[in-house]
Amino acid sequence: MDIPRLKAIARELRVDVIRMLAEAGSGHPGGSLSAADIVTVLFFHKMRHRPAEPDWPDRDRFVLSKGHCVPILYAALAKTGYFPSEELLTLRKLNSRLQGHPDRVRFPYVEAATGSLGQGLSLALGMALALRLDKRPSRVYCMISDGESESGQVWEAALAAPKFKTDNLTVFLDYNKVQLSGHVKNIMDLDPLPEKWRAFRWHVLEIDGHDMAAIGDALREAEATTGRPTVIVAHTVKGKGVSFMEDKWEWHGKAPNREEAERAVQELLAHPV
Amino acid sequence: MAKASRLAFGEALARLGGEHPEVVVLDADLSKSTMTDLFARKYPERFFDLGIAEGNMVGVAAGMALAGKVPFCCSFACFVAGRFEQIRMSVGYNRANVRIVGTHAGIGIGEDGYSQMATEDIACMRSIPNMAVVQPADAVETERAVEYLVRHRGPVFLRLTRQKLEDVNPPDYRFEFGRGVILKEGGDVTLLATGGVVWEALKAAEALAARGFAARVVNIHTIKPLDEDVILDSLRRTRGIVTVEDHGIHGGMGSAVAEAAAQAGAGFVRRIGVRDFAESGDPAGLYRKYGLSAEHIVAEAEKLLR
Repeated sequence: MDIPRLKAIARELRVDVIRMLAEAGSGHPGGSLSAADIVTVLFFHKMRHRPAEPDWPDRDRFVLSKGHCVPILYAALAKTGYFPSEELLTLRKLNSRLQGHPDRVRFPYVEAATGSLGQGLSLALGMALALRLDKRPSRVYCMISDGESESGQVWEAALAAPKFKTDNLTVFLDYNKVQLSGHVKNIMDLDPLPEKWRAFRWHVLEIDGHDMAAIGDALREAEATTGRPTVIVAHTVKGKGVSFMEDKWEWHGKAPNREEAERAVQELLAHPV
Repeated sequence: MAKASRLAFGEALARLGGEHPEVVVLDADLSKSTMTDLFARKYPERFFDLGIAEGNMVGVAAGMALAGKVPFCCSFACFVAGRFEQIRMSVGYNRANVRIVGTHAGIGIGEDGYSQMATEDIACMRSIPNMAVVQPADAVETERAVEYLVRHRGPVFLRLTRQKLEDVNPPDYRFEFGRGVILKEGGDVTLLATGGVVWEALKAAEALAARGFAARVVNIHTIKPLDEDVILDSLRRTRGIVTVEDHGIHGGMGSAVAEAAAQAGAGFVRRIGVRDFAESGDPAGLYRKYGLSAEHIVAEAEKLLR
C-alpha cells in the first residue's frame, strides 16, 4: 500500500471536487470531502476494475448510496481513466452526463442511480446476491451516510444481508456527524451506531476514515471475513481538508464561490501529504 | 376452467424456471398467497424471502437486475406498488429489468377490506417512464404473458387477482404485448375492459344484445404501452367507449384511454372504476355496490346509446 501516493491522489480528488462545484454553482462539498480518502483507497488500491472495460462482469462494484456526494465519485472515475477529466466541469449543466446525482443510464460508469437516500444498500445487497449466484469473485462496496441511516429501508437491508450471509458485501458508513440542517445528534441521534449494526449480526469495524492504512486494513479484514457482511463505521470529518468547511452543516449542500474555491484549493495544495 | 391469475402465474413461473436460470424470485412473506411458493419449492437457491420489508425487496430486485438477473418481485399489489419511491428510483430510473408483480389487485379480493385492496397501483406504475403495465384477464393469458415477460427487456408491472377468473380466451391463445384483443365484434358501443372484469364486460355485451345493441368487447391486457389503434378504431366504428376496471377511477386504464381519445379529438369515453375507499364483503356484492358489475356496464353503455 503506497500511502504517500494515495494521499496525493486524495488531495487531487478534493481539489477536483472544489473546482467542479464552484463551476457548477451548486452541489454538496461536505460529504464529498469526508468520503474522499475511502473512495481513494477503493478505486486506487483495493477494487478490481477495468476502466477500459467498464462492464467487465467480474469487476468489483461500488454503490454510492449517498448519491449527493457523487462529485467525489466522478473525480475518482475520471482520474482512473473512465472518461476525460475536462468533462468534470460540465457537472450539473444541461446535456451533461454528470447529473447532480448519479444516473447510470446517462453515465454507465456508475453502478446505480442513487440520490433518494436509503436505497443504495438494498441495491448493493441485490448485486451481491446475484454475483454470488453466478459464482463471480466480485465484491460489492456500498457507501452510506449517517443521515440516511435515519431511513427505515437501511435497516430493512441491514436485517436482510446477514440472513443471506453475503460476505461479498462491505458497507462504509461515512460517519461525518453532520447532515443538511444540523448535527446528526440533534436531528436524529444514531448512537450507539456500531452497537446497532452488531445487534443486526454484521461484522463491525470502527476506524478513522481519513487514515489510509486503517482503511486498507479494514478492507483486508472484511475480505477475510466469511459468513456475514462487514460494515466499516468510518469516523470522518464533514468538509475534511478545507478548514472553513469542516464540521459545518452550512457546507452540506452549498457550492463555494470563486473566491472561496480559490482559498480552498490553496489550502488543500499547501497541506503536506 | 376458472382459475386465479396468481395461481396461473405461480405455475408458469415454476415451469419456466428450469429453462431460464436468469430468473430469480423475491417475495415478502406472502409466497403462499402470491403462489411464488411453487417456484420456491423447485428452485430454493433462486428464491429470496425478504420478509415484510417491501421497500428493501424492490431495491434488492433492482440490484439483482443490474447484475444480470431477471427478478420477479412479488407481493400484494397494494404493498409492492405502494413502494412507489423505491420503484421510480431504483427500478425505473435505473431501467432495471425487474418485473414488479402485484397479486390480490382490486376490490375483487373481497373480505380483507380496503387495506389489502390495490386501487391506485396502475395510476402509480404507469406514471413512471418506461414502466410497462400488464394485467391479464384469465389463466391462459397470464401463462402466455409470463412466458413473454421472462424475455421482455425493461421494467414491468404485472397485476394479478386473488379471485378465480373465468376463461375469456381460447386455449391456443397467443399473447401480443401492447395489443388489445377484440373478443367480440359489434357496431354500437365498445366495452374496453382489463383484468378480471373482462368477464363482466362480456356478460354486459350479452345483456346489451338482448336489448338490441351490438357491443364490441376489447380486452386491454397491456395498459402501457396502450394500443391506441384499437381505441381510435373503436371510436370510429362505434358510438363511444365504456372502460371497465377494478381500480380507482383516477389514473387507471380508463384515464389512459380518455387521454388517448382526447389527444386524437375523437369520440366519447365513459369510465367505470372504483370511486371511494372500498370495504369488506363478498366480491360479487362489492362489484354491485361499487359499480363494477355487468348491470352497471350496461347502464353506462346505454348513456352512450341514447
